[in-house]
Amino acid sequence: MSEAVLDSGVEAPGTKGVIDDFSRDKQVFGVPWGKAMMWIFLLSDTFIFSCFLVGYMSVRIATTDPWPNPSEVFGLEAFGVQVPLLLIAIMTFILITSSGTMALAVNMGYRKARNKTFWLMVATAVLGASFVGMQAFEWSKLIAEGVRPWENPFGAAQFGSSFFMITGFHGMHVSAGVIYLLVIAFRVKNGFYEKRGGNYEIVEITGLYWHFVDLVWVFIFAFFYLW
Amino acid sequence: MAEGQQHPLKIYWIMWGALFVLSGFSYATDFMDDGALRTFLILLFMMMKAGGIVLIFMHMGWERLALKLAILGPPVAILVLIWLMSLEGGYIEDTRVEYYGESTMEPETPGHH
Repeated sequence: MSEAVLDSGVEAPGTKGVIDDFSRDKQVFGVPWGKAMMWIFLLSDTFIFSCFLVGYMSVRIATTDPWPNPSEVFGLEAFGVQVPLLLIAIMTFILITSSGTMALAVNMGYRKARNKTFWLMVATAVLGASFVGMQAFEWSKLIAEGVRPWENPFGAAQFGSSFFMITGFHGMHVSAGVIYLLVIAFRVKNGFYEKRGGNYEIVEITGLYWHFVDLVWVFIFAFFYLW
Repeated sequence: MAEGQQHPLKIYWIMWGALFVLSGFSYATDFMDDGALRTFLILLFMMMKAGGIVLIFMHMGWERLALKLAILGPPVAILVLIWLMSLEGGYIEDTRVEYYGESTMEPETPGHH
């Protein structure tokens, strides 16, 4: 019976499938190489961001000075009322919206709806760019209030270094993602992939990167801004 | 498999809506008093959002188990780092209090400039 399964070429599910995938004389992961490589890159990036967040955790535990209350530090006055974390909440919703447009772009890519894919990717890039713009505003505001990587008037000095390093590295990822999205979007539009057999897996691979940037923000939002 | 990850659009719309609602809940925890419940809710909504993004938007839920294990397995090791560094952080804080005493810093209240 087991021989029949092996010869049928049908991929077994579950743990038997894992053993088959790794031990049979074939490519291990049944996905395009670009996608496997993107996942492995994202795995390494996961470790980088985790190290930053764990570093932030340990300096926050270790300091004897009071930790600044992010709810107040990142609060903004709107219509005469002090709203906690206002800009951060808007940034969060913008990033989620961009994740949605990206997911739709991937779907449209596989349907070979090139125009829709192009516009959805451009929308994603525009949302990403506005996220970076708001972050620049947030940085300017904090710098104007005297927050530096080595000191700040609100409490523990480690607050500034954690803030600039974590959000700066994330913002850099978003900026790189905007460029990446635009490059792929224009290639989709000008028919670059039509000459290569009409394969739009690249849109999904780009999407993986973009969703990862959103994913990291979920953790930054929870640990840095809410905690 | 040959045609890549194609799924009904409805799944994406539901996931998108769920992310909005969960983010709203996350933000709402900021208005709660500090405590175990708030910490629990922050982590709960965070994990629900992260899980949804990875499983649905990044299509990990539809990938084969070999890829799931290869990508989602290694990050579990980070839990050990978190555990070790929280012990280390606590030790450093105790040492600082022991040698330098409690902080006498009086921080400003932000937003009044």
